[in-house]
Amino acid sequence: MASYSTNEFKGGLKVMLDGDPCAIVENEFVKPGKGQAFNRVKLRNLMTGRVWERTFKSGESLEAADVLELEMEYLYTDGEMWYFMLNDGSFEQYPVEKRALGDTEKWLKEQVVYTVTLWNDNVINVTPPNFIELEVVETDPGVKGDTAQGGSKPATLSSGAVARVPLFINEGEVLKIDTRTGEYVGRA
Amino acid sequence: MSQTDWQPTASIETLRERARLLAHTRAFFAERGVLEVETPVLGHGGSTDVHLQSLSCEAMTDAGQERLWLQTSPEFHMKRLLAAGSGPIFQLSRSFRDGEVGRRHNLEFTMLEWYRPGLDLEGMIAEVESLIRHVLPFDPGPCRHYRYRDLFRDRLGIDPLTRSLTELRDCASRHGGLDMSQEGRDDCLDLLMSLIIEPDLGQQCVAVVTDYPASQAALARHHRDAEDGSLVAARFEVYLAGLELANGYDELTDPQEQAARFADDNARRRQLGKREVAPDQRLLAALEAGLPIGSGVALGLDRLLQLALGKACVREVMAFSTSNC
Repeated sequence: MASYSTNEFKGGLKVMLDGDPCAIVENEFVKPGKGQAFNRVKLRNLMTGRVWERTFKSGESLEAADVLELEMEYLYTDGEMWYFMLNDGSFEQYPVEKRALGDTEKWLKEQVVYTVTLWNDNVINVTPPNFIELEVVETDPGVKGDTAQGGSKPATLSSGAVARVPLFINEGEVLKIDTRTGEYVGRA
Repeated sequence: MSQTDWQPTASIETLRERARLLAHTRAFFAERGVLEVETPVLGHGGSTDVHLQSLSCEAMTDAGQERLWLQTSPEFHMKRLLAAGSGPIFQLSRSFRDGEVGRRHNLEFTMLEWYRPGLDLEGMIAEVESLIRHVLPFDPGPCRHYRYRDLFRDRLGIDPLTRSLTELRDCASRHGGLDMSQEGRDDCLDLLMSLIIEPDLGQQCVAVVTDYPASQAALARHHRDAEDGSLVAARFEVYLAGLELANGYDELTDPQEQAARFADDNARRRQLGKREVAPDQRLLAALEAGLPIGSGVALGLDRLLQLALGKACVREVMAFSTSNC
């Protein structure tokens, strides 16, 4: 496997650290005018999502991580595994464990395309699209005429997520939601 | 390939400000009778400094095909002018350091370097402070002086001059979160300085650090620390907002000592498997002829402009940074 030296560390580069695949977030070159150079590096652990901050001597290297990010469509779940299909026409399916799915479970909707991260051919992470359209399955009855007051109420969506929505929203409506913040964007 | 990267990394408005501050800087020295000089960017001699990597190129000269070095600072040539009787001189010089690219570094950058024969280190510190106040459009706060060893004692509880190598390695490994058990004294100290001490220096003040370990003297004289007679370097650095701005020396004038330091640097380069750099014989000859006693300082002008203009990184005050040059 190839390896990368600190001067090649760029945002998004995938490397191995302490046995886990990580993505470089930020790489800062630190050097006293006449002294030894170091790199302060922020890396996101792709297994846990946590961001690590590490210092390396400039010129040190890390092994590349065999990580792929692929577009896949969500198919179904059998209760134990969640199944996704490659979006490239190959119909190849990938089973995903609950651990890898994490918080994305509450944003799952059939036929929507997700970004699936594979490490050594195993799925380690699933990222939903930034915006998703979901139906309201449960909420208090809508209050008419209230569009500007800015009040809100909880609404349960078809995927299982709960979002704060304006008071005028009714059950059965389809809403556009920002999956990064869980916030209501508008009616679909 | 996105083709928007032809655009400058500094806005045209910033470049106008840069030009204005450069004129301001020149006026500062003109008022003080310091002569502006221009010395070669290419030289037959490179820097032997272990942590400075010189770029070089093949050139066809009147001597035939030969290797010339891009200067890491204009120091050697300026000292030759001093030895030739130039009197006080300054230069805004393009300098090159291989491998140095980042938020506060660019492969090539503008060094403001000046020399004051007859002026002692205290006098030079005062002049650097005046220049900084002259260029900055805001008050950076009072000037505070710190001894290198006091910074380590206060912040880390260790004396960098007297603690054993093992203790320094432990301290550096612990604070840096990496294995420093094979590194030398100065590498451990550099790590602690850059990671722990530097970020806090010069917050609401101009911080001046003096009395560096003798091993970090570079081209400065040594003297004895009044406290316990430890050998320290007659050298200072100026920090502003956690940024290392300037590095000043009570200049070494002894040619034998200078030759010995070149040899030490090359011995360390051999140890580390780095390319050796032939000592600059013309500099040694100039010292032999007599370099007037005095002080010199090198200031990273792009960083000063970065602070003056409130930018987050040096490339924002450069027309084109290394990554899109």
